[in-house]
Formats: sequence, C-alpha cells, structure tokens
Amino acid sequence: MDLVTPQLGLLFWTGLVFLILLFLLTKFAWKPILNAVNNREAKIAEALELAEKTKQEMEALKAQNQNLLKEARAERDKLIKDAKQTANEMIEKAKQQAAEEGNKIIASAKESIESEKRAAIVELKNQMAEFSIQIAEKIVKEELSLDDKQKALAEKLVEDINLN
Amino acid sequence: MKVYFNKALFIFTVFMLSFSAISSNTQDKHDNGEHGEKFNVNEMLMHHISDAHEWHLWGHKAIYLPVILIDNGSVKTFCSSHFYHGETKKVEVDGKHFHYIKGEGPASKYAMFHEKIYKLDEEGELKFHGGHPVNAKPLDFSITRNVAFMFLTVIVLLWIALSTAKSYKNGISAPKGVAKFVEPIILFVRDDIAKDNIGEEKHKKFLPLLLTMFFFIWIANLLGLIPVVGSNFTGNISVTMFLALVTLVVILFSANKNYWKHIFATPGVPLPLLVIMVPIELAGILTKPFALMVRLFANITAGHIIILALISIIFINQNIAWGALSVPMALFISILELLVAFLQAFLFTMLTALFIGMAVEDAHH
Repeated sequence: MDLVTPQLGLLFWTGLVFLILLFLLTKFAWKPILNAVNNREAKIAEALELAEKTKQEMEALKAQNQNLLKEARAERDKLIKDAKQTANEMIEKAKQQAAEEGNKIIASAKESIESEKRAAIVELKNQMAEFSIQIAEKIVKEELSLDDKQKALAEKLVEDINLN
Repeated sequence: MKVYFNKALFIFTVFMLSFSAISSNTQDKHDNGEHGEKFNVNEMLMHHISDAHEWHLWGHKAIYLPVILIDNGSVKTFCSSHFYHGETKKVEVDGKHFHYIKGEGPASKYAMFHEKIYKLDEEGELKFHGGHPVNAKPLDFSITRNVAFMFLTVIVLLWIALSTAKSYKNGISAPKGVAKFVEPIILFVRDDIAKDNIGEEKHKKFLPLLLTMFFFIWIANLLGLIPVVGSNFTGNISVTMFLALVTLVVILFSANKNYWKHIFATPGVPLPLLVIMVPIELAGILTKPFALMVRLFANITAGHIIILALISIIFINQNIAWGALSVPMALFISILELLVAFLQAFLFTMLTALFIGMAVEDAHH
C-alpha cells in the first residue's frame, strides 16, 4: 500500500524541479536547437529547390543549344549545296564557252587552211603553166631544128591539145 | 555513438547491479543474523523500490540526506543521520512486532517507521493500531533519495541539452558532438510525436513540454537502472502522478470549444443517452492521465522488482552457484529494461501528445 500512496514531499519537489527544468530547457535548449534545426531545414529545402530549378534551366539551355546546333548544321548543308550548285553551273558554263571558242577556232582554222590551200593550188597551177611553157619551149626549140620532127611534133601537139 | 553509449551504460549497469544487490544484502544478512531470521525477499525488494531518507551506497556506507519537516507551521531541518543513528525501539501490539527508530539530537521529537516520519506522543513513543502508527505526521518535504536522484537527472539532462544547444551557435552546419546523438531524438519527438498527433500548425506550442517530458522520463529511467546511483524514481507514484497532472492541466487549459462540445453534447447522440454519456466522458477526462500515471509507475517498478528478484535467487538458496542461472537472466532483463526505459518515455509523451491533439482538434465532421 505504501507503494501506491503518493508522498507530498516528493510530489512537491518533482513539481518544482520539473517546472524549473521546463523553463530552463525551453529557454536555453529547445528554442535555440529547434530554431537552428528549422533554419537549416529551410536552407536545405531552398538549396534543393534552387538545384532543381538550375537543373531545369540547364535542360532548357541544352535543348536550346541542340536547336541552335541543328539550325547551324542545316545552314551549313544548305550553303555547301548552294556552293556545289554554283560551282557546277560555272564549270558547265566554262565548258560551254570553251567548246564554243574551240569550235570558232577550228572553224577559222579550217577557213584559213581552205584559203591557203586555194592559194597554193593557184600558185601550183601558175608554176605548172610556167613549167609547161618552159618544157614546151625547149621541145619546140629542139623539134624546130628538124623539119620532119617539126611536123611530127606539131601533129603530136595538136593531138595532145585535143586530148586535153 | 549511440551503440557505444548504450553498451557502456549496459555493462556498467550490469556490473553495478550485481555489486549493489550483493552488498546491500550483506547488510540484510548481517541484520538477519542478529535476529536469526531467514533472508526476507519481500523486505529487500520493498527497501530497494521505496523512497528513503538516506542514499545507501554499500554495506554500512550511506549518504545521509537532509530532512525538512513542516510541523505546525515551523520548518525544521536536520540531517537524516539523526534517525539512522537513532535508537531502535521494539513494540508488540496484538502479537505483532514493530521496529521503529527514535530520532536523536534535533530529531528527538520524531520517529521513523518504514521511512515515514511521525511525531512522538507525550510519552515519547509511537502507538500502533491495525499495523500502522496512529501518531500525527509532520509534513515531510525532505530531500529524499528520489529527490536527490532527480537533481542528478536534471544535472545530466541540462548538461546534455545545453551542450547540444551550444553546438548550434556557429551558424548552420551538420550536427556536431553530442548534437549528433540528441538531434535525431529531438526530431523524432517533433515529427513522430508532436506533429503526427497534434498537427502541423498547433504542435509548436506544446513541443517544449513534450521534449522536456520525454527526455526527463527517459534519462531518469536510464539512470534509475544504474545500481547505487539509480533510484526507482520514475517508478514512484508521486512522480508519475505529477507528470500525469501536467498532462491533465495542459489538456484542460488547451481544450477548445469542440472538445467540450464532444463531452457535454456529443454530436449524433440522442438526448436520453447523454445522461449516460456525459458522466462517462467526464470520467474519461480523468482516466486518461490516470492510465498514464499507473502505466509508467507499474512498468518501471516491475522492471526493478524482476531484476532484484532474479538476483535474490542466489541469496534465497544461499549458494553462489545459482548465479549461473540468475545472472544471465538478470542480464537479459537489464537489456530489456533499456528498451522499456525508452518505450515508456515514448509512450507517456506520445499519449500526452495524442490527448492534447484530441483537445485542440478543430471540428471537421
């Protein structure tokens, strides 16, 4: 029975000490500790949020970069294609021009060859005529030295001329 | 760190426990030898779990604590050695023998029977009736063993809490030193006890009380397990009664309109039934702290009794060989008591938070 009978003295001291303890701990321990812990928790939450935000920003930036890169690539491809086309065109044009020029040169060469040829033929004809006249002179001189022969020659010449 | 701390505490506990139980029994044996009686387990148990005016160390060594009496409005203060060194008187009433101690010096007007102080009558003796002295009792505000133990608990607790608080002074950083060990417990009380039961917005007001309650009970439970140093403080009905009264007062003063409405006009209950319900609800206000009081008292006292009873096996059989059985068993119970120390502190605080939560809950149905 003694065990479950409260003692006034102990009850009083427990109450007094507990209340003083409550006051001291609240003022000097729990409040500073809880404040510090809460501040830290807030800071950590803030930092985590910032990290998340930064991550998202980085992702957006990355996507933007990717887009830029893609655009640049497309631009480059287009430029190369254009350049190739232009070059091809130029080459084609040059070829055409060269062919034209060549044809023109060939044509003029042909023309000059033809005219040279004609001139040569005319000269040859003139020379031939000269030679023929000289030969004929020599033969005539010789043939005319004898009558018989003169006659025969004349006949022959006539024959030749006729043949001509 | 927690593991090492518990380990060290446990080893210390077990060592000191066996030591103290044996040493205190040598005195009992010595006394028994004088009277030619057998080893009285019941008396030894009651002596260990009850409060006393001395702090018994070992053998005949004890610290004598101050006695403070209020007798007819006047305060009398003297050392308890005036009782323990006093004259033992024997009285025989209806065939029963009673031993009481008559004080000497400043305590000469008083006598002590079973650690209770009585006033001597005109003939200078105690009169017994029905197994109890019938003399008047002065108000006893002595610094008893439990009060002294409480001072020790408070010193330890203040040291732990203040050194924890100190480590937070250099700005925001990870917990250092003792804070590493204490902070998770504080957060446990905040998140799992206060926030869960009272709610996010209202818990802040009650948190310092809940923290103080938890740490006070827990540290007292743990220190109480250490023999010689320890005392059955949280297993004393006066202590648990005060703690339960704190809970009751806090509930009554923080209760809102909704709480009282549920007691005096429970919604959805027909009027005739309220005649039965209101007394039940009113009784419920008191049974809640009453259950808290009894739970803590019974659990801690039972723990002390089991350990002491197991050690007593050796002395009942008067053979040290029984130690092979009783020491491992006492060891096992000691480990269990470390768990119980935490569990009971947690339960008391958790239920207090739960009751406060019920009292401050807003109407939402």
